[in-house]
Amino acid sequence: MAGLLHYGFLQRAVLAGVFVAVACAVLGVFLILRKDAMIGHGLSHIAFAGVALGLFLNVLPLAAALAVSVAAALGILRLKDRAGLHGDTAIGILSSLGLAVGILLATLARSFNVDLMAYLFGDVLAIQPAEVWLSIGLAAAVLLVVFLNYAKLLFMTFDRESARVSGVKAGRLDAVLMALTAVTIVLGMKVAGILLVAALIVIPAAAGLQLASSFRMAVLIAGAVAVVSVVAGLAVSLELDIPASAAIVIFCFFVFAGLAGVKRKRLVKTR
Amino acid sequence: MSDLIKANGLTFGYDGSPILVDVSLSIRSGDFLAIIGPNGSGKTTLVKVLLGLLRPQAGRVEIMGKPIEEFTEWRKLGYVPQKATHIDPLFPASVEEVVGMALVSNRQILGAGRGRGSAAVLRALREVGMETYRGWQIGRLSGGQQQRVFIARALVTGPRVLFLDEPTTGVDAETQGHFYDMLDHLNQDEGITIVLVTHDIGIVNRHVTQVACLNQRMVYHGSHQEFCRSDVFRDMVSRGDHLISHEH
Repeated sequence: MAGLLHYGFLQRAVLAGVFVAVACAVLGVFLILRKDAMIGHGLSHIAFAGVALGLFLNVLPLAAALAVSVAAALGILRLKDRAGLHGDTAIGILSSLGLAVGILLATLARSFNVDLMAYLFGDVLAIQPAEVWLSIGLAAAVLLVVFLNYAKLLFMTFDRESARVSGVKAGRLDAVLMALTAVTIVLGMKVAGILLVAALIVIPAAAGLQLASSFRMAVLIAGAVAVVSVVAGLAVSLELDIPASAAIVIFCFFVFAGLAGVKRKRLVKTR
Repeated sequence: MSDLIKANGLTFGYDGSPILVDVSLSIRSGDFLAIIGPNGSGKTTLVKVLLGLLRPQAGRVEIMGKPIEEFTEWRKLGYVPQKATHIDPLFPASVEEVVGMALVSNRQILGAGRGRGSAAVLRALREVGMETYRGWQIGRLSGGQQQRVFIARALVTGPRVLFLDEPTTGVDAETQGHFYDMLDHLNQDEGITIVLVTHDIGIVNRHVTQVACLNQRMVYHGSHQEFCRSDVFRDMVSRGDHLISHEH
């Protein structure tokens, strides 16, 4: 792969993939520990409606998906609060609605075409220079917002009630975290596709949680797993001529399985 | 002495079922106040209303002379919730991280003030005798040790008032003894006002200076000595309330 790196398309794929995957992994650690791991799946279904809306209205699908996903993420929070629903129920309702609207719009627009397939299955090797810069910019913005709120997000994730007593505006931070997740999911669509993007949120973070004895270590391991998975997945994809999104996710799963095995061995030793 | 916290006419309930009815309370600087009462009497709810976690349907709370809606100096309040030790044992947080959380300041955790933040964390851990465990994962500690870590977290910001809700639930008798000695030290030597929700009136006899006895309404609020001479206390002892220890 090193020899191929002078090709622009591969440089773009690696750059965009690494940035987006790290943003997914960092958010994933918070989401898993908040028991909100399924939010990635829910928002990816909703992003599908956004893409279909973009194709239907003939506007940039990525922009439409961003607007729809962020609105839906905030809607999920509102539904939880106002209707007194559990988080997974609210996600289930809005994600199903998103999928239904997406199918309807795509059918009306007669646009079950190459464009839509690229969003469903991911096409990181075909990513355009403008999309790369957009992905890098937004992923960097997501990471910056997490960094600036790191202490508060960590406290709220660990003990929400005590965090509120310490002056943390928990409701506001919930909204920030959900909006960031929506943005990251939309960015991940080109890398892993709507069908697989949630894996980038869950698997590297779950891998990081296998061996970490501190939160900071969990975030660092998750980020490293994400980077290795994207680079190795792209290499395997080129070598075997298989879809990049599938290669990245499957590689990521093997890293997770390996770390889970190491953890199991450690537990057996300490017994 | 001035009132650090003052509540007037607090009423709170869920779906028409009253939990607190017209409750008034004052906490002065240096008090060691026990909030006692039977199950469902509203002890935890009262603390949550005093801390702004629940909004009362009627009544008002003032903290350090300001209405709670205008109060911003939350660093001056420390809180150890009832189920503090019911944490996810797999949560990957070190003792140092758990205590540092209460600083809620990136500068003191990640940035330029990191050294100052670490020093405050170490000082708080030393206060509760847990400094040697700073690198341990929180889930690997015993319930009593975790409780000490949560008190260190409540102390790390240098609070004037420390709220503890049933802090010794599930902790063995010997550890409980050490625990209450530590609270005495914080109250008498460090000058920290302590508000302790407890089910065990045996504690009242040995450690506290003020008592608030709650049963949806305020049944008694005054000094420990007067409480021990009151009919309320005699009734509780005759019912064996000092023997009650319960799991939430």
